[in-house]
Amino acid sequence: MQTAIRFDPERLPPRTRELREEVRDFLKSEADAGTFDPARAYKSRGFDRGFSRRVAAKGWIGLTWPKKYGGQERSFLDRYVVSEEFTAACAPVGCHFVADRQSGPVIIRYAKEEIKEEVLPKIIAGEACFCIGMSEPGSGSDLFAASTKAEKVDGGFKVNGTKIWTSNAHRADYMIGLFRTSPPTKENRRHGLTQFLVDMKTPGIKCSPIRNMAGGSEFNEVHFTDMFLPDNVVLGEVDGAWKQATSELAYERSGPERFLDTFFVLTAMMKVLGESPDPRTAESLGRLVAQLHTMRRMSVSVAGMLEQGKEPVLEASIVKDLGTIWEQALPGKARDIAAFHDGAAPLGANAPSFEDVLDYATLVAPKLTIQGGTTEILRGIIARGLGLR
Amino acid sequence: MSDDSIVVETTRRIFADLADPQTLNAAKDDAWKTALWSALEESGLTLAWVPEEAGGAGAEMADGFDVLRISGQYAAPAPLAETLLAGLTLARAGIALPDGPMTVGPIRDGDALRLAGGTVSGRARAVPFARDALHLVAMVEDEAGAAHVALIAIGDAAAADRAADLGAGRADLHFDGVAPAALAPAPEGFGPADFQRLGAVMRVQQMAGALETALDMCTRYVQERVAFGKPIGKFQAVQQNLARLAGEVAAALTAASSSADTLEKWMAGDADITPEDLFLECASAKIRTGEAANEGAAIAHQAHGAIGFTNEYVLQRYTRTLFGWRDDFGGEARWALNLGNAMAARGADALWPALTRR
Repeated sequence: MQTAIRFDPERLPPRTRELREEVRDFLKSEADAGTFDPARAYKSRGFDRGFSRRVAAKGWIGLTWPKKYGGQERSFLDRYVVSEEFTAACAPVGCHFVADRQSGPVIIRYAKEEIKEEVLPKIIAGEACFCIGMSEPGSGSDLFAASTKAEKVDGGFKVNGTKIWTSNAHRADYMIGLFRTSPPTKENRRHGLTQFLVDMKTPGIKCSPIRNMAGGSEFNEVHFTDMFLPDNVVLGEVDGAWKQATSELAYERSGPERFLDTFFVLTAMMKVLGESPDPRTAESLGRLVAQLHTMRRMSVSVAGMLEQGKEPVLEASIVKDLGTIWEQALPGKARDIAAFHDGAAPLGANAPSFEDVLDYATLVAPKLTIQGGTTEILRGIIARGLGLR
Repeated sequence: MSDDSIVVETTRRIFADLADPQTLNAAKDDAWKTALWSALEESGLTLAWVPEEAGGAGAEMADGFDVLRISGQYAAPAPLAETLLAGLTLARAGIALPDGPMTVGPIRDGDALRLAGGTVSGRARAVPFARDALHLVAMVEDEAGAAHVALIAIGDAAAADRAADLGAGRADLHFDGVAPAALAPAPEGFGPADFQRLGAVMRVQQMAGALETALDMCTRYVQERVAFGKPIGKFQAVQQNLARLAGEVAAALTAASSSADTLEKWMAGDADITPEDLFLECASAKIRTGEAANEGAAIAHQAHGAIGFTNEYVLQRYTRTLFGWRDDFGGEARWALNLGNAMAARGADALWPALTRR
């Protein structure tokens, strides 16, 4: 009579408090210097190469990676602290975030040694921005339907096809792309895909921006026309990318960015409500705080499991499912809770109003349960963890 | 949560042997109650949190919390949690422990017992195991507002059945000038608020355990039940519902382990935990687990269809009890009101630092 689900009470060690203060001081000095405006940062989630280089100078990119590539071999819990502070502050991490979270770890695990030596130090220096080439016009959640072809040629591969929804492709230095090197087999439809490290300066790449409904244009359609990739940029096994995907998911899906994307709405709402709200309003606020605190405990617990070298794929999927549903629902709840307050007043000197904040969050919310694995896919993974698939 | 301690192993064995929910549900009489209680008593579990010098087992708080989660996995058919809390409270107050099962009260918002002229009066609604326990342990307040621990014979109260049975053998108790069997000032460091907080965290352990079993029952049932030519667990709609249930169970398990760990360290004098940390942990746990109980019970019943609504099927033992537990030691709304007020008073800029202290 035991479920396989386990969330031990993990704490961020007291030593991380110093690191956290350092990160907060750093963010404050960046804000003071005008790098970003904390009151409006929610809107941009900026991309700032200078900022990323200064984060790198602090040693906060590739914190957990091997020393021989320039990393610091620090704990995953240290990384958690840096990551949640940046996320909550809406810091302009766009240039290094993806590389730090998932591209670097993929390279460490699957790239040829010479590639590691070339690329990892660049990421750690804040000089290499990554994008992820997975989705295609004909394959989103159904990743293994990808049809962008990497055809074997002398000394490498020739790539033709289109990737879509590729955030930052227009300004990224590298892409980790998933391309078809063989047709799927009858026994295994996941067979035949290979991961490649693509230098975005390679001839034959064209990026077209896609504007989203919230006004942003980080998304791109990326077209490959006879792009040549040398053999040594293959990541892992040719035709065997499906074996490499699952263990990364725990890193990608359980972090603080999976429930904090609309956190700014909660603090804005609290400012509108004031310090002594009426009982029903206070109760509603208390529930949100309890839900958020529990989410964070779940997420920290998964970070602890990762630190111990486990692969908590089920737990991480649960964190993303609950976390993204929560952060998606938050703007709507805040709208109701604060409905009888003046939402048009600025939330401070030179700050936007609650309505401004809410309107933006409302427009961003729909994507939260889609990016990085849809709710339906996650629940499928959870159901598999329960033994139902 | 260590799974290996002798206390935990013993608990698992006793419940597996003597508290199988199917057997209890089909039992014609209450003979199992005596057998189960005797086994729990003989193993020392009922007085786990009473120090050895006071006649108890002197177990770790952590072991006791694990015991409670296991009892929740069996829908807690005996007043084990109540006796654990009563025993700890009496021992701290220096009151000698009576024989037999105990319960605690009042544990519902809006109820209180008052001490006047040496006797106790007031109301305690929905007291669990009111018909099984021999004594009730209460925090009572005197005319001057000072708190006392009172040990009261249950037989001295007027008992009334509840309108509906939300598990745990509850009854409403009314006390009218009852002389307690023993009385002592509330001990230093364990007043009404501590009693309430410990009770809440205990209920959270039990609720998490009950939700674990509900999920387990659901995953088994949907793989056995065939409709439209295949096990219903093969339908995506059913799978997605059970995945949601797993999320609620996970939230409850996290709330349970995190709040137990924090409270245990706090009670052991860990100076790193502030009163604000403790409050955030315990309030969040009771709120979020109460929500998980609501959501989880609904999904579990949905997965079972009509059979889960029958008295014969054991799911109801879990869901009824879960519904009842939500309101013990402060319902979600009460804890949320207090948490919301505290956070609002500290201001928006204090929220993030408060959430990230640990």
